[in-house]
Amino acid sequence: MANVLVFIDNPGDALKKSTLELLTLGRSLGETAVAVNGDLHQDVSATLAEYGVTAVFRPSAQDLDDYLVSAKAAYLAAAAGAAGAGTVLLDNSPEGKEIAARLGIRLNAGVITDVVAVDADGTAHKSVLAGSYTTSARATTAISVLTVKANNVMPEPASVASAPETSTVEVPADGTATAARVTAREQKAASGRPDLSDARIVVAGGRGVDGDFGPLEQLADALGAAVGASRAATDAGWISHDAQVGQTGKTVSPQLYISAGISGAIQQKAGMQTAKVIVAVNKDAESPIFEIADFGIIGDLFDVLPQATEEIKKRKG
Amino acid sequence: MKIIVLVKHVPDAQFDRHLTGEGYTTDRDESILSELDEYALEAALQLAEARGGAKAGNQVIALSMGASGAVNAVKKSLQMGATEGVHLTDSALAGSDAAATSLALAAAIRHIGTGAPVDLVLTGMASTDGETSLVPAQLAERLGLPQVTFASSLTVDGGRLTARRDADTYSETVEATLPAVVSVTDQINEPRYPNFKGIIAAKRKSITTLSLADIGVDPAHVGHAGSWTTVTAAVERPPRTAGTIITDEGDAGIKLVDFLAAQKLL
Repeated sequence: MANVLVFIDNPGDALKKSTLELLTLGRSLGETAVAVNGDLHQDVSATLAEYGVTAVFRPSAQDLDDYLVSAKAAYLAAAAGAAGAGTVLLDNSPEGKEIAARLGIRLNAGVITDVVAVDADGTAHKSVLAGSYTTSARATTAISVLTVKANNVMPEPASVASAPETSTVEVPADGTATAARVTAREQKAASGRPDLSDARIVVAGGRGVDGDFGPLEQLADALGAAVGASRAATDAGWISHDAQVGQTGKTVSPQLYISAGISGAIQQKAGMQTAKVIVAVNKDAESPIFEIADFGIIGDLFDVLPQATEEIKKRKG
Repeated sequence: MKIIVLVKHVPDAQFDRHLTGEGYTTDRDESILSELDEYALEAALQLAEARGGAKAGNQVIALSMGASGAVNAVKKSLQMGATEGVHLTDSALAGSDAAATSLALAAAIRHIGTGAPVDLVLTGMASTDGETSLVPAQLAERLGLPQVTFASSLTVDGGRLTARRDADTYSETVEATLPAVVSVTDQINEPRYPNFKGIIAAKRKSITTLSLADIGVDPAHVGHAGSWTTVTAAVERPPRTAGTIITDEGDAGIKLVDFLAAQKLL
């Protein structure tokens, strides 16, 4: 089986679920090595062994985070060489995709983004045109670079733990020579809710929210959901632009999408039509969202959502 | 300044979009200038205007790669205020993936930079058809330039640019030297509409047509033949159908929770 390299950027104290998914997927494709950037905590090393990782690579330089993308791409290209990788897996974040982009050119490798599943022969599956089609694609090159969406693989440790060797990979100088430099970075306050792109449940609001996302946030907290919004709501300044779902925002693919006060114009639908179950609450019975909702309520979200929130709390005790 | 803005002719997302023919390429009937590219064009126009505009020798060149219809994206850009247009078109380009597209665009940009070098390449954050957002980074890698992607603000001072990027958990400020490749988000500005004067003026502006031979690219390196990925199957998602619709009679919130419980989503 071909060798697989998984990129893990700044793992921190514990590996994220999406990283465990990549390691599980990697093992189904071959012998899996990882390239880590940043500190390697003891617990993280232990998890890598549980997941059957055969080799761990670390960069010779500590300052990859000071540059935008290209330094990490250069490091990863060198690590792919050291691992003899036929497949490189990265997460599907905007940064993951960009590292993949530059890595593809460095390795003369085809890049496929937004992957939801990979067959043993390397065929990758994804959906395109905002969920209108599901496609199968493959790289025609010796190496393929895939960025994989979260929540599509069940993380599973290996049947037999491994004892990976750690080695250092020299970061090529050209990765930083012309790179853009990060001169300041501020952390944003954490909302305590799951990330919109990876959330299992999304509660999204639009024009009908009329400036008050309170009922949506309370329902989201009762469900352990992320809060999303239509462009009308973010443009009105009612909620941060990060929350925007749709053609020019984030495409989400949750188990459950609750749309409240959103008419369902096509760009909004485009961002969420791969959700497994869609619930819509809207006062206007003519809203296009009702054409695609599995469960639609013609009613006032300020009545329906708080009632649902209370009922969920009651049932969960 | 000499700024190139990449503009793409994409199917209008207001309508159903289709894959067609060999290699499942996108059907480009009903296409328009990609909405996300208008922000890049606006950013270029503002940079040029702040430096005295076309009179002071600032150039904003709209570059589009694609079949005959793609020239419409260039024309719209000229109406908005771009000073010239370039249409890279060649039958061998059909079916190019991001890697092949970036190869052809890099060659076109080098060609346009003959004589007076290009200072800045501006793009949207993604196309609204392929949506991979791979091309800006691949272009930067091929041209050996710094890339600044997803810029939500952009200033240029002398030979340096400063941009702000907003991610979900952090915001950052980045700096790079020119020339550079920059992609911008839809938060950077409010694109202008072409006005009557702009539409009339656009008729007098020139559009240069380039072929692969003009930019020295081997047809075998682009299109389906030169792409590093291939689509092997495509299945249209069945349209979603409406489910149960109820009108709130004072208990819809409870019925909603009943529905979620039945779907095992609680």
